Amino acid sequence: MAASKGLVKLDWLTIFFYFALVGIGWVNIYSASLDDSATTFWDFNQIYTKQLIWILLSVVLIIFILAIEAKFYERFSSVIYLVSLLSLLGLFIFGKTISGATSWYSFGGISLQPSEFAKAATALALSKYLTDIQTDMSEFKDQLKAFLLIALPALIIIPQPDPGSALIYAAFVFPLYREGLHFVYLLLGFFAAALFISTLAFGIFWVILAVVLIAGFLYFRKRKKRPNLFKYIVIVIACIGFSFSVSYIFENVFEQRHRDRFNIVLGKETDSKGIGYNTNQSEIAIGSGRWTGKGWTEGTQTKGKFVPEQHTDYIFSTVGEEWGFLGSMLVVLLFIALIVRVLFLAERQKNPFSRVYGYSVAAILFFHFFVNVGMVTGLFPTVGIPLPFFSYGGSGLWGFTILLFIFIRLDGANSYYGI
Amino acid sequence: MRKILLLVVVLVTGVVFAGRLFYLQVYDTSFQELSQNNAVKILYDYPQRGYIFDRKGDLLVSNQPSYDVMVIPREVKPLDTTEFCKLLKITEGRFDTILNKARIYSPRLPSVVIPQLTKAEYAFLSEKMYKYEGFYIQKRSLRDYQVKHSANVLGYIAEVNKRIIKENPYYQMGELIGKQGVEQQYEEILRGVKGVKYIQKDRFNRDIGPFNEGIFDTLPQKGKDLQLTIDSELQKYGEKLMVNKRGGIVAIEPKTGEILSLVTAPNYDPGLLVGRERSENFTRLWYDTIAKPLFDRGLSGEYPPGSPFKTLTALIGMQEKVIDTKERIACHGGYHYGRGKKLACHHHPSPLSMVGGIANSCNAYFCTVYRRTIEKYPSPQKGMDAWENHLESFGLGHYLGYDLPSGRPGKIPDSKTYDRMYPENNWYATATISNAIGQGEVLMTPIQMANFTATIANRGWYYTPHVIKGIGEEDTIPKEYTKKHKTTIEPQYFEPVVEGMHEVYTSGTASYIRIPDIEICGKTGTAENYIRVDGKRMQLTDHSIFVAFAPKDDPKIAIAVFVENGYWGSRWAGRIAGLMIEKYIKGEITRKDMEDYVLNGSLQDEYAKPYSGEPFKINR
Repeated sequence: MAASKGLVKLDWLTIFFYFALVGIGWVNIYSASLDDSATTFWDFNQIYTKQLIWILLSVVLIIFILAIEAKFYERFSSVIYLVSLLSLLGLFIFGKTISGATSWYSFGGISLQPSEFAKAATALALSKYLTDIQTDMSEFKDQLKAFLLIALPALIIIPQPDPGSALIYAAFVFPLYREGLHFVYLLLGFFAAALFISTLAFGIFWVILAVVLIAGFLYFRKRKKRPNLFKYIVIVIACIGFSFSVSYIFENVFEQRHRDRFNIVLGKETDSKGIGYNTNQSEIAIGSGRWTGKGWTEGTQTKGKFVPEQHTDYIFSTVGEEWGFLGSMLVVLLFIALIVRVLFLAERQKNPFSRVYGYSVAAILFFHFFVNVGMVTGLFPTVGIPLPFFSYGGSGLWGFTILLFIFIRLDGANSYYGI
Repeated sequence: MRKILLLVVVLVTGVVFAGRLFYLQVYDTSFQELSQNNAVKILYDYPQRGYIFDRKGDLLVSNQPSYDVMVIPREVKPLDTTEFCKLLKITEGRFDTILNKARIYSPRLPSVVIPQLTKAEYAFLSEKMYKYEGFYIQKRSLRDYQVKHSANVLGYIAEVNKRIIKENPYYQMGELIGKQGVEQQYEEILRGVKGVKYIQKDRFNRDIGPFNEGIFDTLPQKGKDLQLTIDSELQKYGEKLMVNKRGGIVAIEPKTGEILSLVTAPNYDPGLLVGRERSENFTRLWYDTIAKPLFDRGLSGEYPPGSPFKTLTALIGMQEKVIDTKERIACHGGYHYGRGKKLACHHHPSPLSMVGGIANSCNAYFCTVYRRTIEKYPSPQKGMDAWENHLESFGLGHYLGYDLPSGRPGKIPDSKTYDRMYPENNWYATATISNAIGQGEVLMTPIQMANFTATIANRGWYYTPHVIKGIGEEDTIPKEYTKKHKTTIEPQYFEPVVEGMHEVYTSGTASYIRIPDIEICGKTGTAENYIRVDGKRMQLTDHSIFVAFAPKDDPKIAIAVFVENGYWGSRWAGRIAGLMIEKYIKGEITRKDMEDYVLNGSLQDEYAKPYSGEPFKINR
């Protein structure tokens, strides 16, 4: 009956996961950023103090988000999207450059990164477009429009340059698929990624050989059914063309640092001092944690500040070192639980807008988690994106808070509860 | 499908991450080591090694400071090699080799460049060291020997090698460990425990304070001093007597099993194996494969014991009740057995009873006793094993268990020995008759001879011989050296043997080397021996052997002397034993004639014979 009185019924489990992750995250930021310069706890030059302020402000932000009527987000999604795009474009004029990337607005002492907020805006816009009565995802024209909607912010973000943040927009392929995008696109994407990686790993010659052999094998096996030879030839030529262009892009468009990152993960180069230093140190920190870790603020690698950017992108290495396998697994399980919970909630939405949005939230959180932990544990190349709720940074925390709590607000308004 | 794809991807990712984390954190332990290596620096604080004193409290071994030039290859910056090599007094080629070796061992652990500089060299070098990053001088303490004897007892210390480091993680490159003698045996007591300081470093390799607030740091524990049972004076005198001879002297205090003196000849000045000259001197000693100065003949030389063994034959005979003290046995110039076989004897009165048999060392007497002992049993095998069992209770045929790291078990044959030699099993007591007089298959080390002599002096028991008298402030010694070992021979059978050994001095084979005012009991021995030169077996001059204890009724010292190729037992070994006993009991020498004979005598010509390549005569 509460919902009918205009009060919001909230999914407290999701909120619990959120605060658990933010809390554990702060504890680890404290350890990673601890040094002797602090005189009191409330020293506003200290990273952990700043982050605590951001967390407290997030609570205020959450109250705001929950206070606004759910319909607002659906109705104004296009406006929010446009404002977000403008804020990204504005960076080219007013942007502040921090460590090489012009991704920030600076107000007094506070810096904000609009790309962190653009994810939520894009998710809203995509949800709105996909649930429009006139949109038909089996139509190529509408597919193209949806792709454009997603690609636009990514294309503005890439030249900042911040390819990591742009990569996240690939996460939207999951809600698109959920809402009717043909499976072929996914398969194509997967196939392209496989070709991409094997071209880099084994060289173009072996890839072409493998493609020709596999195609030949398939053709001759189905020979009696008289398959269309032309189709096979086109596919093989397309694959070879793709492989060549990957090779070309890798050698001529990528910068050396990108090439290095790929080569190290693919095992073609072992360089623990130069470009591979981050990953190597991160693995040492995590690996030295053993079963139960060295204890909070006792991590030798963390104390010695061996892992670069440990309080931001590499925060998970602190968890690994100080809390060990058990602690890291707790964090991994919390993330999985949160994402699965959001997926579960999304599936039971009666309002399609809420469902698509929920799906987008789950996909974005998952992609961040996947790429970040994969990078920190040395499974993927170095891609500079934060671990949601964990990594230090006000914009990131706020961006993910907004993203998640809009969905909690939408879920709260679901008529499912409203009896 | 559309609903569950993302769910499946999320769950698979969870499993993959769990596997990856498990691999990194639990399965692969190398990361822990890497972490220790780059984040924590270890500094060692070396304690003083314990001093070594003799039984009277005289200092034998103390310490002196020494300085090693060390290098951490990773931290070496480009340097003026020519100048540095001049300072270190080495060639550039040598310097490069050393540096390369250090790098191969470990780029981040210290290695030694130049070991053991003197104080003067150190003073000169230390003011220039600041120029050479990655190099530093490590102070260590080396042994400082106060005496020029006892090298075989004391042992020496040397740098640990890679094998030791691998086996015992306590040791790091460049550290010292006891080798041989007391230094090896009591290594852990003497060395103490080094202190460890863990220093937390940051990524620029700067110290940022103690690791974990220093809870893992330890203070060094000083090594404990050792007091030995060795009598420094006696030891020094023994080594002096053995100059120009080869062999060993072992003197034991029968009441306690304390080793008073343990001489091997030839020997060396322990000071040779200290400092920079150590390796050169060691190599020289090591490669002397003829005189073998590093070989402790007192502990590891296995010789046929010869006639002193007859005392044991007598004891076993009485215990087995095959002979009593009254029965007299005739000797017709030897012991006749089998078809015309004869084990010859020398001229002496005949027939003889027990006491006279020992005093005159009659071969026929003991061959008779031995044969009766073996033949008392239904088969020679059983007789042999009973005989062997008695001898085992004297600590023979096995490692004796004393507290020095070198030694040999000797050899006491049993039935299996002869079953192997005669696979048809058709052997009889007569085939092994040489055992009766300490030849044949019987082998003993001089310390085993000294120990059985001490057992006879005690009339039937012994403590395992040892050199440890006190550790640190305490007099307690390991309990295996305070446990009394009883022999299988009943005490009453010892008196006639002691009496016989006494008569050796009064009327027997050693009557011309009596020491006035001391009632010594002894037994001479002369053992045949052979060597192989260029594949040819040749007989050398007999070994001169003597065992003795004194005084007869309250034994204070039991001694075994073994002089290789010294011919008659009394000629060399007997004289030396007498002099040692007099020195120990009286503190001075009255038989100057005997002393002069020994000090001026040399057997070097004798030792040179088999290597001269010319035919030679023995036993002259």
